[in-house]
Amino acid sequence: MFGLKKDWSLDVLPRYFTLEDYEGAIARWCPGCGDHAVLAAVQRICRDEQLLPEKTIIVSGIGCSSRFPHYMKTYGFHGLHGRALPVACGVKARRPDLHVWVATGDGDCCSIGAGHWLHAVRYNMDMTVMLFDNNIYGLTKAQTSPTSRPGQRTNTHPFGAWLPPLNPTLATLGFTNVSFVAKTVDWNPVHLHATLDAAFKHKGFSFVHIHQRCPQYTAKIYEAMQQDPSTILLLNHENGIQLDPAVAGMYEHQMAHDPLNHNEAVALAGREDLLPIGIFFQNESRPRYEQVTTIGMEMTTEERIAGLNRELDRFAI
Amino acid sequence: MAKQDGNSHPGAPRDEHSTMVHEHIVEIVSDSGEGAQKCGVTFGTVSAKMGNGAWTVEIIPAEIKPPSRSRDGASGIRIRLGDHEITNMGDAADLVVAFNEQVLYGRIGQGAYHEGTVVLLENKWANDPSPQIRQAYADGVADFHDRGFVVHELAMEEACLAHTENPKLGKNMFVLGMLCWIYQRDVEMTLGEIAAIFSKKGEQVISLNQKLMQAGVEFARERLTYCFNVPCMDVDHELLVMNGNQAVGLGVMAAGIEMVSMYPITPATSASHYLAASIQSVGGFVHQAEDEIAAVGFAIGCSYAGKTACTITSGPGLALKMEFIGLAVMGEIPLVIVDVQRGGPSTGLPTKPEQGDLMAAMYGSPGDSPKPIIAAATIEECFHLIITARTIAEAFRTPVIVLTDAGLATGVQPIPRPEPCEEWLAPPVDQSPWKQGVPPYDWDEETGLSPRPIPGQRGGEYVLTGLAHTGQSKVAYDPASNIKGLEMRSRKLAALRATLKPPKIHGDDEGDLIVVGWGSTLGSIEEAVDRARADGYRVSSLHIRFLWPLEPGLRDIFMRFDKVMTIELNYSDPQHGLMMETQPGRPPHLALMLRGRTRRDIDYWSICQGLPLRPGQIHEVIMDRLHGMGLTGNEPQPVEAAMGSESCSG
Ligand code: SF4
Repeated sequence: MFGLKKDWSLDVLPRYFTLEDYEGAIARWCPGCGDHAVLAAVQRICRDEQLLPEKTIIVSGIGCSSRFPHYMKTYGFHGLHGRALPVACGVKARRPDLHVWVATGDGDCCSIGAGHWLHAVRYNMDMTVMLFDNNIYGLTKAQTSPTSRPGQRTNTHPFGAWLPPLNPTLATLGFTNVSFVAKTVDWNPVHLHATLDAAFKHKGFSFVHIHQRCPQYTAKIYEAMQQDPSTILLLNHENGIQLDPAVAGMYEHQMAHDPLNHNEAVALAGREDLLPIGIFFQNESRPRYEQVTTIGMEMTTEERIAGLNRELDRFAI
Repeated sequence: MAKQDGNSHPGAPRDEHSTMVHEHIVEIVSDSGEGAQKCGVTFGTVSAKMGNGAWTVEIIPAEIKPPSRSRDGASGIRIRLGDHEITNMGDAADLVVAFNEQVLYGRIGQGAYHEGTVVLLENKWANDPSPQIRQAYADGVADFHDRGFVVHELAMEEACLAHTENPKLGKNMFVLGMLCWIYQRDVEMTLGEIAAIFSKKGEQVISLNQKLMQAGVEFARERLTYCFNVPCMDVDHELLVMNGNQAVGLGVMAAGIEMVSMYPITPATSASHYLAASIQSVGGFVHQAEDEIAAVGFAIGCSYAGKTACTITSGPGLALKMEFIGLAVMGEIPLVIVDVQRGGPSTGLPTKPEQGDLMAAMYGSPGDSPKPIIAAATIEECFHLIITARTIAEAFRTPVIVLTDAGLATGVQPIPRPEPCEEWLAPPVDQSPWKQGVPPYDWDEETGLSPRPIPGQRGGEYVLTGLAHTGQSKVAYDPASNIKGLEMRSRKLAALRATLKPPKIHGDDEGDLIVVGWGSTLGSIEEAVDRARADGYRVSSLHIRFLWPLEPGLRDIFMRFDKVMTIELNYSDPQHGLMMETQPGRPPHLALMLRGRTRRDIDYWSICQGLPLRPGQIHEVIMDRLHGMGLTGNEPQPVEAAMGSESCSG
């Protein structure tokens, strides 16, 4: 019930939320699924930021990770396969007061909903988008996704996937009006939390590419990375994420990368020797679509009727 | 506002040779870009102001810039004016101004003229440097005479040259002047209209166009030996002149819809064009989405968050939106979807009217997906039904589909000015705390209705899902929950139906034949029915606005007529011939639906030419059915020729 303000004065909060206030149904993901960690991180951010549950919305598509809203105790929209982003943008268009989170998977965002992905980046509406990338369709049982690796055996490519995988981080960096791109991994809760926290606080469309383990269908793909932190390149910068030295110390490869440096971000996103994690790009000065979609919201009923009469007059003879 | 009771307008030039007619159909056809439409719209506006009933429809070529002097490129406008309310484009034109003979052929191919149609034809082609063009022109003129047209070859462009170096641009106002004389329009009023149209272009342009118009008046006075007088009606209320898409746009604003989420598609887009230019007057926004699916998804997101939204599209767009519409049914999200129907299937006839989307609207979403479907029958209804749809969408927590078509979208008509009121606007978003213990779908057993929690309402947090769910919006796969959800969603239609009244019958309550229609064909059907009734036939008609749920009382009404038939602007198999003797052909949409819903044998006639239905066409069908039933009316009165033919010179 109490909050300590910056100047040490005590603020009596009318409502105070604990983690429990954001916990919905018991998560039904497989044991060991990376989604659990993301859910915990989001709930923590909601608690830390004391987001009003009634002003918070999780929008998702269809897929394992899109079950996310059911496990939160906020408003939620569990919609259609691939269509989380148009819905989320529509929510934000006339309700800038709402905190919008989007949960989407590699099939949802990068395949069936790919058209919306690049346009949502361009709209740059203030929301946090979490791409749960497990390189597979989990819910429909192991079909090739656009991020599946060549050779990966799936039910649709039993002899191994053939096409080169899509690189969502690199692609997003190339979309016009991009304002925040980060990559993290579900198995480092500190980095995951720090990344999502920065994404949430970013004013604009924050795209977080989360490498997410799927022990059920793609158990092997992140195993080496998880066990050997030397496969990872930790990006840190005073304008980016600065991890606790105890955690950062795990990673022998580190690099100071200024998130304003777009060229370097693109080069990093394309690296194949190491997996860079952290904030690739951030620029808060990009135009946000809600700057125009919200125009006129404050108009009174009288003003609206007067406006309508003026419009009718234009057709009068 | 024009108000007078005399036969002709005080401001109009008077001519003793004038012939009084109850109505006349005028066309101006040209290559595209010659301004025929501007001329026709001004003529229609002046006519409406003077107190004539008027219906204006643009003749639009399919291509953006078709080659000049081509039949497919015929561009222009038709104006039907009368001494009574005009509700449709009518049959053959009585008079046409043609800028070349080829565009006239384009219209002949569409059955636009009849024997006796007066043709005012630009004659400069007779002296064209190209021998082919000279020949084509000469052949055309000879053929037009053979067809029985009354042809006047006129040097219109040459006459314009006296006033402007570029007659191609100014000829339209010259023709407007000619029409002003022929129909004795108020010249001062017309000059005023010209000033208004060109107000942004400056004095010089205005006065040039006014000069051309006046030159046209003189030109016609000197060369034509006759003119027509269409008596004016009393107009005691304010009138607005608009097309159906503009009416949809105004309806959207009047309904307090804040968000219009669309993707460009013909013929729906002009509604969004209008809104994009105007909705800021009422504080709304037009979102052009990346595709049709995103357009409806964006609107749904907006609506889920408590703001009223709509999406405006045409057939192919409706097809793409269907999965989302199913979600809106399942999640009970209010939404207005306007479908301005065009010819299909596939890309079909994008600029032409058809009533081909009814079944798609009803059954396009997989699974059981009940949602109200209403069809506008007039331009005025394009305005009012949007408000109705918005109200139903919210009260019944459902998407609502409003069907119009390309005919309504492009038809222009004077309509009484609506008086906006607060009740039309959507109420502000409710942000009061949600009542504790009330589930997100607190279905009323009888009506299926439930209040809707809106984000921001404390205690109302729920997850909307497209999966089968309980009243708590919890995913549920058990049979009982699934059945409950299906029943509750369907029950809302039953509840809505209980609020509807049986449709009004046009004509007597009982008789030999009742014609049933829906959508834009109202004016033509009623006109055809009136013609048959005037000849003593016991024919009535009724027009359905609420297609789903269906308006009540139809079965009882149908019982009072020997024959019930639908007339529709969509495809059906011929009822005889082919292989139809052994197996019945496919009936059109409404007939198919009515057969199921009223358990009556419903006869039908439908056609799919890519043209609006004409009253004459419908009259023929009605007579055919009546004669087939062995019925004869009174001896038909000899109909007076629409034109005073003796004063015409050929
Ligand atoms: S299938 Fe994979 S992604 Fe889906 S819940 Fe199980 S582990 Fe997670």
